[in-house]
Amino acid sequence: MAHEEGQTHPISTYLWIWGLLFVFSFFSYMVDYMAYQGMLRWSLILLFMMIKAGLIVAIFMHMAWERLALIYAILLPPVFVLVFVALMSFESSYTFTSRGLYFALGS
Amino acid sequence: MAKTAAGAKALQPGMSGFADDWSSDQRAFKNVHWGKAMMWIFLLSDTFIFSCFLISYMTVRWSTTIPWPNPSEVFGLSVGGVEVPLLLIAIMTFILISSSGTMAMAVNYGYRKNRKVTTYLILLTALFGASFVGMQAFEWSKLIHEGVRPWGNPFGAPQFGSAFFMITGFHGFHVSVGVIFLLIVARKVWRGDYDRGDRGYFTTMKGGYEHVETMGLYWHFVDLVWVFIFAFFYLW
Repeated sequence: MAHEEGQTHPISTYLWIWGLLFVFSFFSYMVDYMAYQGMLRWSLILLFMMIKAGLIVAIFMHMAWERLALIYAILLPPVFVLVFVALMSFESSYTFTSRGLYFALGS
Repeated sequence: MAKTAAGAKALQPGMSGFADDWSSDQRAFKNVHWGKAMMWIFLLSDTFIFSCFLISYMTVRWSTTIPWPNPSEVFGLSVGGVEVPLLLIAIMTFILISSSGTMAMAVNYGYRKNRKVTTYLILLTALFGASFVGMQAFEWSKLIHEGVRPWGNPFGAPQFGSAFFMITGFHGFHVSVGVIFLLIVARKVWRGDYDRGDRGYFTTMKGGYEHVETMGLYWHFVDLVWVFIFAFFYLW
C-alpha cells in the first residue's frame, strides 16, 4: 500500500472515518445532553475520546501504515504522561485535603 | 537477511524491522519523508505542552474547595428561549472534524497530482478553520461579557477562567497558525510549486506533495487536541 514516501488510499476510507468521527462526536455530545452523571458519564466520555483519537491518528494521520520505528518513537513517549497525571492527582488530593482542613478551622 | 542492492537490506516487518531501522546507522525512519518525520517529532513535543495544560487544569480542578462551574450550563446557548447545553461547542467540534476530513482528502488528491481539487480542498479546510476561530472569538467575548476573568468568575471556582483562557487560547492560536499555513500551502499547490519541485521555506531541498501531507499532520493534530479538550474541559 505505502509508496516510497507517500500515502495513497481510496477516498472512501477518509469519508468512512469522517462519518465515524461525526457519529462518535454526536454520542459524546449526547452524554452531556442526556445529563448522565458519575462513572457512566466519565467512562463514556473517555471511551468516545479514545476511539476518536485513535481514528484520527491511525487513519487521517496514516499511523496505521507506518513502520514500527516511527510508531513507537511517536506513540510511546506520551504514555509516560500518565505518570505525570498520577503524580498530580496525588498532589491535588493532598492540597484539597489540606485546604479543607485549614480553611474549615478558619486558620 | 535478504539483500536487495549491494550493502542494502530489504526492510523487515514487525519487531525485527523496528530493531533494524533503529540500528541501521542511517536514518531511522525509513520510507518517511524527512519533513514528515520532523513534523511528527514537533507534534510529540506539542503533545507534551498540551498535556501540561490539561494536567494543570486537572490539578486546580481537583484541589479547589469551591465548586467548579458546570460547563454544560456555562457554555449553553438559549435558542428561542430553550437552553441547549454546549450547543456552540458541539458545532465547533463538527466543524473541526469536517476540516480534518477535507484535509485528509486534500493530501490524497495531492499525491494524485490533482492540483485543482487539492487547492480547493485545502482552501475549504482553511475556511472551516477560520470559522472555528470565529466561533471561539464569539465564545470568548460572551464569557468575558458575563464576567469570566482569569482570576475569577461569577459561576464558581476562580481557577475556571485561567484554565479556560489558557487551554482554549493556546488551541485557538494553533488553529490560527494552521489557517495561515494552509493558505500558504494552497497557494504553492495552485502555482504548481510541487509539480516543479521548487524549494520550500527554510530549506534548499526540493519540495513535493509530501508538504501537503506534512501540513495535514499538523492540521489533524489540532483536531486531535480538540478531541481531548472537548472531553476533559467541556464534557467532564
